[in-house]
Amino acid sequence: MGKSTKNSKGINRRQFLLTTLKTACSVGLVGVGLGFYAQRANALPPLAIRPPGALPEEDFLGACIRCGLCVRDCPFDILFLGQLGDDIPSGSPYFIARTGPCEMCEDIPCVKACPTNALDHSLTDIEQARMGLAVLIDQENCIAFQGLRCEVCFNVCPVRGKAITLEMQPNVRSGKHALFIPIVHSNACTGCGLCEKACILEKAAIKVLPLDLAKGELGGHYRFGWKEKQKAGEALVTPDVEHQYNLPEGVRYELQGEGLILDGKAQQAMPNKPFSSNPLDTLNRNPEEE
Amino acid sequence: MANMPQDAGKEAIQAKGWLYAHKWLLLRRISQLGILLLFLTGSWFGFWIVKGNLASSLTLDFLPLTDPYILLQAMISGVTPETAAFVGAAIVLLFYALVGGRVYCSWVCPVNMVTDAAAWLRRKLRIRGSTHTSRNTRYWILALTLVLPVITGGIVWELVNPVSILFRGIVFSMGLAWLLILAIFLFDLLIARDGWCGHYCPVGAFYSLLSNHAMLRVSAAKREACDDCMDCFNVCPEPQVIKPALKGAAKGASPIIMANQCTNCGRCIDVCAVDVFQFNNRYSNLSQSGLQPAKDYSKHTV
Repeated sequence: MGKSTKNSKGINRRQFLLTTLKTACSVGLVGVGLGFYAQRANALPPLAIRPPGALPEEDFLGACIRCGLCVRDCPFDILFLGQLGDDIPSGSPYFIARTGPCEMCEDIPCVKACPTNALDHSLTDIEQARMGLAVLIDQENCIAFQGLRCEVCFNVCPVRGKAITLEMQPNVRSGKHALFIPIVHSNACTGCGLCEKACILEKAAIKVLPLDLAKGELGGHYRFGWKEKQKAGEALVTPDVEHQYNLPEGVRYELQGEGLILDGKAQQAMPNKPFSSNPLDTLNRNPEEE
Repeated sequence: MANMPQDAGKEAIQAKGWLYAHKWLLLRRISQLGILLLFLTGSWFGFWIVKGNLASSLTLDFLPLTDPYILLQAMISGVTPETAAFVGAAIVLLFYALVGGRVYCSWVCPVNMVTDAAAWLRRKLRIRGSTHTSRNTRYWILALTLVLPVITGGIVWELVNPVSILFRGIVFSMGLAWLLILAIFLFDLLIARDGWCGHYCPVGAFYSLLSNHAMLRVSAAKREACDDCMDCFNVCPEPQVIKPALKGAAKGASPIIMANQCTNCGRCIDVCAVDVFQFNNRYSNLSQSGLQPAKDYSKHTV
């Protein structure tokens, strides 16, 4: 009797251990599968942009509990939650700049709504948001590069004149016109996507990309001579010899200033400039007078 | 005499009438659908009563409610939530600790309607076979979902959690979520009885842990009237919780169902033709009869 009790106990312990091991192993396998799935599923496609204040993607996925409160509090209804089957992590908020860009509300209601700080509550000035970076990615199709006046991206930019500036370059094709090239500045661009939305092309030439995709990074060993010089107050390598221009007396030349400068004396010595500053004078000039 | 599973509840309908034999079931459906409706008034009628979803919500722009299980996963992955999230989670914890954690499962969770439907169809189609898995598997999965955020740094479970995916699907947008829900329905129907909710779901496992000191309990108060028809066992999603209370008289066990896996769905009350069961508080009957809580006997039943 005693022996049989012991026996049955032994079998029970054996069964218990086996069952536990089986369950633990199966659950462990599920865990490994889930881990791999999470790795794949957590890759955010570049055109899906997180709301303002979103933590760096890896931290964001740990912090966002997928409640959708930011979606509800967005007054422009641009935010969506990733669905199962999308390539966006299931339940996490995003917007697509081309169809619905961030309108950059001053009170940033989406950030205020976030209960977990996945949208960082320390962001209080929307111009400090860095949702991504606009990149003029297709210079072949952007009509500004063809010499056409467009500048729509420049004009809709909410950080006007800082995030996108227009740089004039000579139009080599016509030889006499200028190209007005939009240049994005990462120190001011919030990545709101209004420029991408407004781009007049069939497919936008300017696109908001995730920062790490859009930005290059200079090797840490680079030193720019002119910056080092400015920092040190003097040239660090050889003594800086000022360039001497071979010019008549009383005439100076400033490379980065106004160019040719005539002192008072020289001005008097050369009273008749070849052309007046008013172009009409040249047009109305009577050749017989000369 | 024992009834067949497909006939569960028929005697109760004859004895009490259809409505009374479905009282708690109907109340639960009203609760589950009503909660969904509260989250949808904004998109349907233009005024918000509750914003967000079960993970975290804001009622009337004032009351924050946060799922403590999801918040816990987020905190394990290393986030410092806002105060509102803590307050919301505390309210939810307190509520379920009082009424029973798995009230979430039977009165709130939308997947419950799917698995209940599967269980009903399983009985009606007389599908008997069921794979045998330990009901404790859910606690292993619960542990897994709390370990994965440490390893991956993300809330991994929320990528696949059918509870949040279905609720979010209804309140926001469904996508392919219905496939996952269909899979759970078919699994419960064809492969395992009460498969998802009773064996695997870590959400239910988490909430069951809140139940240990809950006040609201189902009691087999008139257990001497039991005629062994087996209807309650056939409809109960966690039938192992019934026996210690219903059949524990000889062992001196209390008629109160103390097992934390009981979902307080009240379906046993509905289907009992002789009204053995009723909702009660955990202390009723204990003081007067000097009986031991039935939980002691149910702890290790699987």
